[in-house]
Amino acid sequence: MSRELFWLAITLVVTVITNFIPGGRVLILPELFVALMILLYWAAKPGAELDKPVAVQATGPGDDKVHTWPHLVRSEFLCAIFITLGLILWSLVVDAPLEEPANPTRTPNPSKAPWYFLGLQEMLVFFDPWHAGVVLPTFIIVGLMAIPYIDINPAGNGYYAYESRKYEILTFFLGFHILWVSLIIIGTFLRGPGWNWFWPWEVWDSHKIEALTNVNLHYIFGIRSEAGAIIFGAVVVLGYFVVGTAAMYWAIVRMKGQEFMHRWGMPRFVLTSFLFLNLMSVVIKMVLRHAGNIMYVWQTPWINF
Amino acid sequence: MSKWEETKRQITESQVWQSIFRHGYDDTPGNRVQMVSGNVWLHLHPSKVRRHAIRMRFTWCMGGITFLMFLVTVVTGVYLMFYYRPTAEYAYADMKYLEFDMPFGMFMRNMHRWAAHGMVIAVWLHMFRVFLTGSYKPPREFNWVVGVILLVLTMLLSFTGYLLPWDQLSIWAVTVGSNMARATPLLGYEGPFADWTGANPIYDARAFLFGGGEIGPHTLLRFYILHCIFIPLVASLFMAVHFWRIRRDGFSGPPV
Repeated sequence: MSRELFWLAITLVVTVITNFIPGGRVLILPELFVALMILLYWAAKPGAELDKPVAVQATGPGDDKVHTWPHLVRSEFLCAIFITLGLILWSLVVDAPLEEPANPTRTPNPSKAPWYFLGLQEMLVFFDPWHAGVVLPTFIIVGLMAIPYIDINPAGNGYYAYESRKYEILTFFLGFHILWVSLIIIGTFLRGPGWNWFWPWEVWDSHKIEALTNVNLHYIFGIRSEAGAIIFGAVVVLGYFVVGTAAMYWAIVRMKGQEFMHRWGMPRFVLTSFLFLNLMSVVIKMVLRHAGNIMYVWQTPWINF
Repeated sequence: MSKWEETKRQITESQVWQSIFRHGYDDTPGNRVQMVSGNVWLHLHPSKVRRHAIRMRFTWCMGGITFLMFLVTVVTGVYLMFYYRPTAEYAYADMKYLEFDMPFGMFMRNMHRWAAHGMVIAVWLHMFRVFLTGSYKPPREFNWVVGVILLVLTMLLSFTGYLLPWDQLSIWAVTVGSNMARATPLLGYEGPFADWTGANPIYDARAFLFGGGEIGPHTLLRFYILHCIFIPLVASLFMAVHFWRIRRDGFSGPPV
């Protein structure tokens, strides 16, 4: 009985709310919601008497299976209804944006890419467009695709296992949460005119001037000539990858043993360390830029890192 | 037997009814299997699943939600297509027409847009969950690769749709988002080594994407076709592979 009262209460509340939403009345929403709630009530009914006997029947040695109908289909149906309800409500309350007509002669400041690409746009602060916009996205896609082939850890196949997959999960966390998601948040909420940094409580001042005091790395080391800069940058960048790969080799052998490295194989190791060093290079470049005002590590007339 | 029962029996035993519904609705193990295996939509599932795999705390439902969002955008998108003309003269006016004159026009557009955003978020969370449960491990390696392709296609679908309202927000977001193509090494005219390959503003990677040197009416038509026909078709093909492989390999789970 209390179950029926619960659904009745929800139905009443939703009906009352939808009547007050502008346009809600027109869309026959209250009636729609009543219908959906009746459906929900029906779908949320616990499985029939049959469930227990069937589970017992299905249980052979080591068999933990249940029938897809109704067990899985019911959750999917409920989930679909709730998500659709949420989407309908959201769409009634929040309108999709529409600004003035397209005008190729009036560039808004700031011009932002769609929010899911703002992480890449934020990377433009640290890298040239060919690197931030083309090379790094390619590495992201290739790197994601490579994951199942470079991860030969048999642990955690199909279940949550944090202890035995520490490094895998930490790396994914660094790439996905720390870099991809937080850069999107920065790009969306903290970048204003001129792609300058504005805190949420600051007014977007399009005349804000930030002194550009960035210098290239070779400049700090007192190198002034073009040839010197090219050689210096090449040594630093190539050195980073050579030393980094060697360090990773050493660290992995130390942590996992020579036997693991042998089983893992050189192609997997080289691909993994290359991708990982690229991931870390983003972090290093961000620190150098934000904390040390470094523009390029390697500047040449053709290409800059 | 009451008259109601009698009528019901006559209907369910008629040739027409039985040609459509091949099994009863009785809650028997046989019927439960047939409900899934005998239904073109539900047979995406195996007829039995592992008990732990259907728990919300395990699956998060994100793959299914991504697919649901895709279906919502298909339904609302078809509605919008009836009233939208992908030409620079009419596109923006049609947005206003949708908003103020079409029954449910604004509502459909809102649902289309928010479902598209929801799809991008859900597909990311789906990837995150699949990573956490290690569900890409053998034998499911290639399905993860297909998933990554679908992830990219999802963002491309959203990105091409972003241009269609033809307002300031859309052309400048797409301009900024596409400028990276201009910087492609060798293939973009602002990228490194462009002078070696002869890439120039009207003949490079971005011009190929835009259908011209600058964003314009040609871009609108190009993105419209990519958005409404090409990418949905390609994504549907990959989705078929993705689902079929889940069906073949079963849901992932700890060894029994």
